[in-house]
Amino acid sequence: MQLTDLTALELGRKIKEKEISVREAVQASLDRIAQTDGAVGGFVTVDAEGALARADEVQKGIDAGQYTGLLAGVPVAVKDNICTEGLKTTCSSKILYNFVPTYSAEAVLNMNRAGAVILGKTNMDEFAMGSTTETSAFGPTRNPWNPDHVPGGSSGGSCAAVAACEAPYALGSDTGGSIRQPASFCGVTGLKPTYGTVSRYGLVAYGSSLDQIGPIAKDVSDCAAILEMIASYDRKDSTSIDRRETDFTSALVDDVKGLRVGIPSDYLGEGLDNEVRAAVMKAADVLREKGAVVEEFDLSLVEYAIPAYYVIASAEASSNLARFDGVKYGYRAKDYESLHNMYKKSRSEGFGEEVKRRIMLGSFVLSSGYYDAYYLKALRTKALIRQSFDRAFEKYDVILAPASPTTAPRLGESLSDPLKMYLGDIYTISVNLAGLPGISVPVCTDSKGLPIGVQLIGDCFKEKNIIRAAYAYEQARGRFPAPELKACGTSAVCRENGDRVSACGAGNMQEIHEAVPDSVQKVCKGHSDLRPACPAAKEVG
Amino acid sequence: MESCDGISEGKVMANIISDETIEYVGILAKLELSDEEKEQAKHDIGRMLDYVDKLNELDTSGVEPLSHVFPVHNVFREDVVTNGDEREKILANAPEEKDGAFKVPKTVE
Amino acid sequence: MAKQYETVIGLEVHVELATKTKIFCGCSTAFGGAPNTHTCPVCTGMPGSLPVLNKQVVEYAMAVGLATNCQIHQYCKFDRKNYFYPDNPQNYQISQLYLPICHDGGVEIETAAGKKVIGIHEIHMEEDAGKLVHDEWEDCSLVDYNRSGVPLIEIVSEPDMRNADEVIAYLDKLRMIVQYLGASDCKLQEGSMRADVNLSVREVGSEKFGTRTEMKNLNSFKAIARAIDGERARQIELLEEGKPVIQETRRWDDNKEYSYPMRSKEDAHDYRYFPDPDLVPVVISDEWLQAVRDRQPELRTEKLARYKREFDIPDYDAGILTESKRMADIFEETTALCGKPKKVSNWLMGETLRLLKEENMEPDELGFSPAHLAKLIELVEAGTINQTVAKEVFERVFYDNADPEKYVEEHGLKTVNDEGELKRVVEEVIAANPQSVADYKGGKDKALGFLVGQTMKAMKGKANPGAVNKLLKELLG
Repeated sequence: MQLTDLTALELGRKIKEKEISVREAVQASLDRIAQTDGAVGGFVTVDAEGALARADEVQKGIDAGQYTGLLAGVPVAVKDNICTEGLKTTCSSKILYNFVPTYSAEAVLNMNRAGAVILGKTNMDEFAMGSTTETSAFGPTRNPWNPDHVPGGSSGGSCAAVAACEAPYALGSDTGGSIRQPASFCGVTGLKPTYGTVSRYGLVAYGSSLDQIGPIAKDVSDCAAILEMIASYDRKDSTSIDRRETDFTSALVDDVKGLRVGIPSDYLGEGLDNEVRAAVMKAADVLREKGAVVEEFDLSLVEYAIPAYYVIASAEASSNLARFDGVKYGYRAKDYESLHNMYKKSRSEGFGEEVKRRIMLGSFVLSSGYYDAYYLKALRTKALIRQSFDRAFEKYDVILAPASPTTAPRLGESLSDPLKMYLGDIYTISVNLAGLPGISVPVCTDSKGLPIGVQLIGDCFKEKNIIRAAYAYEQARGRFPAPELKACGTSAVCRENGDRVSACGAGNMQEIHEAVPDSVQKVCKGHSDLRPACPAAKEVG
Repeated sequence: MESCDGISEGKVMANIISDETIEYVGILAKLELSDEEKEQAKHDIGRMLDYVDKLNELDTSGVEPLSHVFPVHNVFREDVVTNGDEREKILANAPEEKDGAFKVPKTVE
Repeated sequence: MAKQYETVIGLEVHVELATKTKIFCGCSTAFGGAPNTHTCPVCTGMPGSLPVLNKQVVEYAMAVGLATNCQIHQYCKFDRKNYFYPDNPQNYQISQLYLPICHDGGVEIETAAGKKVIGIHEIHMEEDAGKLVHDEWEDCSLVDYNRSGVPLIEIVSEPDMRNADEVIAYLDKLRMIVQYLGASDCKLQEGSMRADVNLSVREVGSEKFGTRTEMKNLNSFKAIARAIDGERARQIELLEEGKPVIQETRRWDDNKEYSYPMRSKEDAHDYRYFPDPDLVPVVISDEWLQAVRDRQPELRTEKLARYKREFDIPDYDAGILTESKRMADIFEETTALCGKPKKVSNWLMGETLRLLKEENMEPDELGFSPAHLAKLIELVEAGTINQTVAKEVFERVFYDNADPEKYVEEHGLKTVNDEGELKRVVEEVIAANPQSVADYKGGKDKALGFLVGQTMKAMKGKANPGAVNKLLKELLG
C-alpha cells in the first residue's frame, strides 16, 4: 500500500510513530498531484515549496512535543474559498484571480495549531455557486472515477483530490450540499457540521446564514478527527456557537443498537434514480441488521426547500458579493470611463454566468416591492422546514436519505439548464436551511461504475449520532475502493509564476490554450506561456 | 416535455420579466449585460421566479420569518483597541493605490 | 392675495459615538491618523471578514434613547443597506431599519415663540463610511477607511419643526443631551454631529404634507438656517410656477446659498434592506435597561432646575453654566470645595468666559482643576490677595492649571497688611502729588481715585484697595 492510499489518521499514526517523516508524507502527496492532477484538475494552486518548508517546521514541532494531535504533519487540501494567509484564494473566480489574503480563516488557524501542512487550494464552482465544479473560471474538475463526469460541487476539487489520493483529506464548504453531494459523487466521506460549529471567519461568504466549513476524507473516522480539530467557538464570528462536547471521535463506536433511524418517504419518490434508492435501502438494511430501528416517515415540505433556498442564498449572495468591485482587491477592468462604469465592467468581466445569475435574482427578490413576497416568504418557509425536522427528531435519532437524486452527471450536461441543476440539491438543501449536521458516506458504485453515497442527517448539535451511525455502517461496508485513474495530460503550468492551469479534456498545449478561459489568459499574463504539467501532454507550437 | 421535477419548458411563464426590470436589476447589482445576456437573464429569472412561486402554495400566516436558525443573541466585543496599523497589509491587494489610499476614478457627489 | 406657505421640517441627525473602537472591529476611532492606518480586514470589507458588535455602542444608544424619552426595543436587529459607493467598503452599510434600538420619543425645545415638543421617530445604530479625497493632481479620488466603521447613531425626528429657530433649538437640545451623557462631543464643524434636513412646504391650513427634499452637507447652525430659507424659497417658487417638487437628496452649497441634486441615475435608491445574517439580535433585558437608567447622569434640564433651587445665582448665569457639561462640572466641584456658589459663578461667568472667547476655545476644553479655583477664591476671601492680583493669578490657573497658593507665594503677591508699611507709602504718595491733594480737598472726589491708584502702583498691586482708600481719607482728613 502506498502512503497516499492511507487515511489521514493512518498517516498521522505513522508520522507520530516516526515510521515516516512529515516531509515524506507531503512529498508523496505532491508527487501524486504531479502525476494525477493533470487529469483530475482538483487544484487551483499547488504550493509545493511552501508545503515542504512547512513540513520541516511541523516535523520539528512534533519532535519537540509541540504538535501531539492525531493529524499532526498530515497534509491537507483547502477549498479555494477559505482564506489562507500568503496563499492565493480565488474562489475559482476571475474577480479574485490574484487575491492573496493577509489573514487565515479560523478553521485554517485551528489546523495550523494542530500541525497541518497545506498542499494547496482546490477548485470549486465559482463562489461555491454550482453543483458540478464546472462554473470555475479555471476550468472544470473531473471525476476521478470517470473523467467524462463531473465530481459534483461546489467542493468538487476537494472531493476529487481526496478520491484521487492527492490529499489525505480536505476542507470544503457546504451551503446547500456542497460537501455532501460531491463526496457522494466521488466516493469519499464528507461532513457538514451544525451551523456555528466551525467558525466562518475567513470563509468567503456565499449565503452567510447557510455556509459551513466541513471535512472531506476517505472515511468517517477521519471526518470525526478533522471536525474535532477545526471546530471552535470563535469570538470573531458572531454566529459561532460555544459547544461543550466537540470530542467527535468518541462517537466512533460500532454500535447502533436501538438507534432510531427514519427514512423520509417523500425523498424516495419521483426523480430518484433507482440505483440510488437501492443504495439507501442497502444502507438501511445494514443498520437494521446491526440493531437499529429503521422506518419510513413523512418529512413533508420537501419540495419547498429549493425555492426557499434559492431566494435566501441568492439574496445574501447579492449583498455578500457586492464588495467585489475592483476598488480594494481582485480584478479591475482595464478601460472604464467613470466610477460606476468601472464597477459595472469589473464585475461583469470578473464574475461568471452562474454567479451573475444569482446576483441578479438576489437583487431582484430584495428590491423594493418584492421583499415581503419573496424574501420574508422564504424565511417563513425556512421556519416551517425547521419545524418539520424538529418533529422528525422527536421520533428519530438519525435521518437516512439519498445525498443526490442521481450519480455524477456527464460534463456539460447540467449547465445548460440551471433550474434542473438546482433540483439536484433537493435532499441536501433543507439540512442547511435547518442548520443541521449531515454526513455523506459512500455505499457502492452504480452500473456505470460511479459511486453512490447516502446521507445521514442529525438533529442540531448531534453530530455524534450521525458519526456513530455512519461509522457502524462503514465497519460493515469495509474500506471503500479508490478509483483507477486514467492517464493524465490535461493541465499546464505557467512558466513565469508557476501557477497551475487546469484544462481538462485538452490533450496538447494548443488545446490547453483553448481550454483555459480567454479571460484568465488575459488577466494573468503569465498564463500566455505555459508548459505541460506532466510529460504526457505534448507541447505544440 | 415534462421533466421529472414537474417544470415544463413549454409552460407559459407567470413571471414575465420586462426589459426594464433587467435594466433596473443591472443598475442595482452593478452588472452590465450584453443584449444576448439580457435575454438569457430574463428567461432564467422568470423561470426561477415561476418556481419560487410554488412557495405561495404554503400557508405561512402567523409564521415568524426565521433569519437565524439558533436563538443566539448578544454577542459583543468589549470597547478595547486590539488592532494596530495594518495599512501595508490592507493595501497589499489594491489594484491601484496612491499615498496610502485606494485609488479610484474621480468621484464627486 | 398671495398664498401663505408653511414649512415642515424633519431632521436626521447623525452623531459619532465616543467609543474607543469602531462598531464592529477593534480598530481605533482616533482622529488624525495617516490614511488607512486605523483599518483591518473587517472595516475594509476583506473577503471572509465578519463583524462583531461593540457593546459600548448599544449602551450609548440606549442612554441617548432614555434621555430623549424614547421607548427601547428590547429586541433589536441590524440590517444591511445595499448601495455601491467607494467610501463603503462592503458596498453595504450595516444599519437598523426594521427594529431600531429606540423609537417614539421626543424632547422639549424653547424658542422666542415658546415651548414645544419635537417628536423623535427613532434612533438607530449604524456604521460610518470612509473618506474620499479628491486628488487634483491626477484627477482621481483616494479612499481612506480610517472612519469606516466608526459608530454612529442616527436620530430621526418627526416632521414637527416649522422654522430655522426650532431646528436650531432642537439641535442644541440634542447636542446638550448627548454631550451630558458623554456619548459624543457633538461638533458640527468636525462632523461628529451631522444634520440632514428634510423639508417640504404646504399652504397654510393644508393637512397634507408637500413633497419633501433631503438636504445634506450642513456643517454649521448658520448654514442650516440659510439652507432652510433657501430651500423653502426654491420650493415655493416651484409651486408658484405650477411645477412639482421632486423628492430627492440635495447638497447645500453654503457659498452659493443654493442646493443641488445629488447622485446620478446610476443610483436607484433601492437599498434592498435585509437582516444582516452575520450579526445576531440584541436582546436588552429589563435588568440591563435598568442598569443603564441608573447610570444616567443628571441632564441639563434637571441640573438647571437644581441650580436655581440650590444656589443663589441668577437664572441667566445658571443657563450659561449648564450649557457645557464641563463648565457645570467645574462649577459644582469648585462650589463643593469652597462653599461659595456665587463667587464661583462670578469667576466662571466673568474671567473664564472672557479668556475662552479671547482664545477662541470651547468650554469643553477647559483644563484647570476645580481645587485650584476654589483655593483662589479662598485666598481672595481671606484677603491674602486682592481682586486685581487674583485676576492675574487666575490667568495662570486658566492657562497652566497653576496652584494659586504656590504661585502667590513664589511671586510675592500677598496683600501687604502691615499698617506701618502702608502708611509710609501713602504718605509718600501724598507728598509726591500735591496737585491732586489740593484737588481732593477742593471737593474733587475723583482725585482720591487717582491717589488710590498711585498707592496701588507703588505697592505693586499688593494692597487692599479698600484699606488704601480708608487710610487716604484719614490722612487727608
